[in-house]
Amino acid sequence: MRPMTQLDLIRNFSIVAHIDHGKSTLADRLIQSTGTVADRDMKAQMLDSMDIERERGITIKANTVRIEYPAKDGKTYVLNLIDTPGHVDFAYEVSRSMRAVEGSLLVVDASQGVEAQTLANVYQAIDAGHEIVPVLNKIDLPAAEPDRVKEQIEDVIGIDASGAIPISAKSGLGIPDVLEAIVTRLPAPKGDRDAPLKAMLVDSWYDSYLGVVVMIRVMDGVVRKGDRIKMMQTGAVYGIDKLAVLKPQMVDIAELGPGEIGVLTASIKQVRDTRVGDTVTHERKGCAAPLPGFKPAQPVVFCGLFPVDANDFEALRDAIEKLTLNDASFSSEMETSAALGFGFRCGFLGLLHLEVIRDRLEREYDLDLITTAPSVVFHLHMRDGEVRELHNPADMPDLTYVDHIEEPRIKATIMVPDAYLGDVLKLCQDRRGIQMDLTYAGSRAMVVYDLPLAEVVFDFYDRLKSVTKGYASFDYQIMGYREDFLVKMSILVNDEPVDALSTMVHRDRAEARGRAMVEKLKELIPRHMFKIPIQAAIGARVIARETLSAMRKDVTAKCYGGDATRKKKLLEKQKAGKKKMRQFGKVEIPQTAFINALKMDG
Amino acid sequence: MEDWQHGGFGLYLHWPFCASKCPYCDFNSHVATDIDQNRWNRAYLSEIDRIGQQTQGRVLNTVFFGGGTPSLMDPELVHSILERIRSTWRLANDLEITLEANPGSVEAGRFRGYSDAGVNRISMGVQALNDADLRRLGRLHTVAEARSAFDIARSVFDRVNFDLIYARQDQTLAAWKAELAEALAMAIDHFSLYQLTIEDGTAFGARHAAGRLRGLPEDDLSADMYLITQDICESAGLPAYEVSNHARAGFESRHNLIYWRAGDYAGIGPGAHGRLTLGGKRWATDTPKSPLGWLAQVEKTGNGESLRDQIDPRGRAIEYLMMGLRLREGLDMDRYADLGGTALDPEILAQLHDIGMTETEGHHLRATRNGRAVLNAVIRELMP
Repeated sequence: MRPMTQLDLIRNFSIVAHIDHGKSTLADRLIQSTGTVADRDMKAQMLDSMDIERERGITIKANTVRIEYPAKDGKTYVLNLIDTPGHVDFAYEVSRSMRAVEGSLLVVDASQGVEAQTLANVYQAIDAGHEIVPVLNKIDLPAAEPDRVKEQIEDVIGIDASGAIPISAKSGLGIPDVLEAIVTRLPAPKGDRDAPLKAMLVDSWYDSYLGVVVMIRVMDGVVRKGDRIKMMQTGAVYGIDKLAVLKPQMVDIAELGPGEIGVLTASIKQVRDTRVGDTVTHERKGCAAPLPGFKPAQPVVFCGLFPVDANDFEALRDAIEKLTLNDASFSSEMETSAALGFGFRCGFLGLLHLEVIRDRLEREYDLDLITTAPSVVFHLHMRDGEVRELHNPADMPDLTYVDHIEEPRIKATIMVPDAYLGDVLKLCQDRRGIQMDLTYAGSRAMVVYDLPLAEVVFDFYDRLKSVTKGYASFDYQIMGYREDFLVKMSILVNDEPVDALSTMVHRDRAEARGRAMVEKLKELIPRHMFKIPIQAAIGARVIARETLSAMRKDVTAKCYGGDATRKKKLLEKQKAGKKKMRQFGKVEIPQTAFINALKMDG
Repeated sequence: MEDWQHGGFGLYLHWPFCASKCPYCDFNSHVATDIDQNRWNRAYLSEIDRIGQQTQGRVLNTVFFGGGTPSLMDPELVHSILERIRSTWRLANDLEITLEANPGSVEAGRFRGYSDAGVNRISMGVQALNDADLRRLGRLHTVAEARSAFDIARSVFDRVNFDLIYARQDQTLAAWKAELAEALAMAIDHFSLYQLTIEDGTAFGARHAAGRLRGLPEDDLSADMYLITQDICESAGLPAYEVSNHARAGFESRHNLIYWRAGDYAGIGPGAHGRLTLGGKRWATDTPKSPLGWLAQVEKTGNGESLRDQIDPRGRAIEYLMMGLRLREGLDMDRYADLGGTALDPEILAQLHDIGMTETEGHHLRATRNGRAVLNAVIRELMP
């Protein structure tokens, strides 16, 4: 049980950084140096609780921690850190977290400088009215160039970097300066303790022991355990069962006042019953006007998820239901594919989100999945005036009913050393990009392109990394829909259409794309005992064709009594591998082909 | 009639020692000096007694001395073993006793002794008819030695096989055709022609994994080599009765046929596998691979087996499928269905027939010439 904290002793902040620039390490140091977590309980990436987050070194869900810091002025401050995801897929998560705090630390790797992702997130912080303290990390690396990076921060972002704090999160150098700067340079929150309760619902998640846990930031008023609260958007009323702060594990607290961040549970059944951005007030004597709400996150990438073993369909359905309990940004509907059987068409915030969900399904629920090629949502303007959403190329209606098709476009910002600029421009042109801007900051160029999302959604980022040897950074935002000459390209294997390989492509690029796909499939499909034609077609017209020649020799030279056991085991293993493949007519296609067929080498 | 009787009953004896280890060989072989042949003799005899008690009343069709290099065995040892075998089982009238031999001059000197002991078939590891390639294969003999050993064998034994390895490093199709013609010109009745296979756990395997085994033929060339071998041997009157084995009619290896026809065979010696049907159940047996380990176990416990596992009906069916389809005669689909409890999938059979991989005659199923070249794929299709 703790008393409520005075407003001027609270600082709420987030950390903005590009992936690998040391955000999670800095968070770990802040937690550790203030004794919030005992050294023996410390583990790397303290705030990233999912295995996938730790493994990939990324943050997916916003996490929060309350730190108590005795400052040089003799007072003890409560610092609330909301650790946010850095990846563009989770930009929405970032924007809402930013609204719950007053300031940000901008962490920039002193050897690498500002990256596109940093830029996007720092602008969100600026939009949220944050005070921003620049922090130069990895200052102890030989390649660190603090002066150049400071200059870059000022040139590219346009904020004063003269007071940037040099640190090494890894060694702990400069950590006390960071803590002191949080207190002295970031503003205290404002709020009226005596006003009716007004709190922002920052996040919610499902905990298998506690049910739905809701994170709130109190703006005005006071909330106590046992209070009857009302969600202003949904109108739902709940009684608070538990009120706590995160350190980062839950510690019960009697009440939360203005400026404080904490969590509550209130017998809420599903994450879907809570709306992030909603305003939480008291059932009686509630506040008059809600906080400005958020738009819910819209899935932009869709793909089919099918169980390898058709018997796992129910298990997949269960797993997807459980995951949606905790992730309202992920949508799913049942799908039937002639080729792959029963599965789900799922919507994601982006490709990383897709990979994370798929990984979790496979790992946490022990499922073997086939993932079909990701696609975007096309708008079909029908001749009768109706506008339809197309989530799956296989559902494309007969063209005679379609007046025109629109596709989502993005504004992509890419930062790259100028040595690789040519390759980046070529890549963007190849992907039907329209250049919007090109500027230099030192030896780095910043290019802004208008690109079709469909061209980016798949392997654009991989290609970008490979043509720039990893030196480019990339971020995007959705701009809206625009008409283009798009067609559905089907793939036929041994004269049978494989619906899961259908894609929407630009008519002018169909031949090239079709050729690349059939060539790729020729590599991905193992040889069979007969030759297999592989074709790409638009309607009935074949635009590319390859022939996979027949396997000519696969026989064990020696097989006597002593070999029987071993050879039998080998054949059984191969047979099990075959059973994991998908059968199309007489042809077996490995699962990986459904994704890899679309990866373009050029 | 028990199922194994379709294939017969044979005895395999493993002699684990070689003068040197060949880089392609993944058989259980060891290089050792000072081998106490008396001690080995006692162990083999004890094992013969043990198996003999379990298989009382059976007629023995074949004996096979494999290795290793059994031609390093003293003829007296072979004699003693065969004596014990004769007193243990009733022998088939056409009992076949094969011994594997290196085609060197030293071994050839022992051929008469083996013949006197009762060996009536010799199988020689000639491997290549080209000295440079013999060295590359790690063989200690020369072509001239092999030819003279072969001539001696020919004069001593009724039946002689010799092994060649093809699809060797840097071998062209023309070079192989020429070598095969030379081999066919020798007076032989049985040929084992093996494509060089890179096995894990061998010197070649390690070199291959490190990317240092160059000049191996690409798939298409090795397929061409395989198919041309079938054609040449067929027109020379030595058709393939099994994937890699060719014989004049009546000269097939009866011992190896037991494996492919899923008969019973006892395995004696280090690392020797067996298949025995006892009490209506079929067992897979194995023994310790280490020569001294096996010897010590036999001496201590009177039982050289390290494993005796029951094979379930599905496993029996798969083994019959895998072994039986290697033979030109193919397999009996009724017998297959009896073994595993389910028949072969007629739809898959129809597909394989359609693409020319298999053919049936009554209840017999066989792989065609093209089907045998991709037999593993055919088996994978048919496997339950």
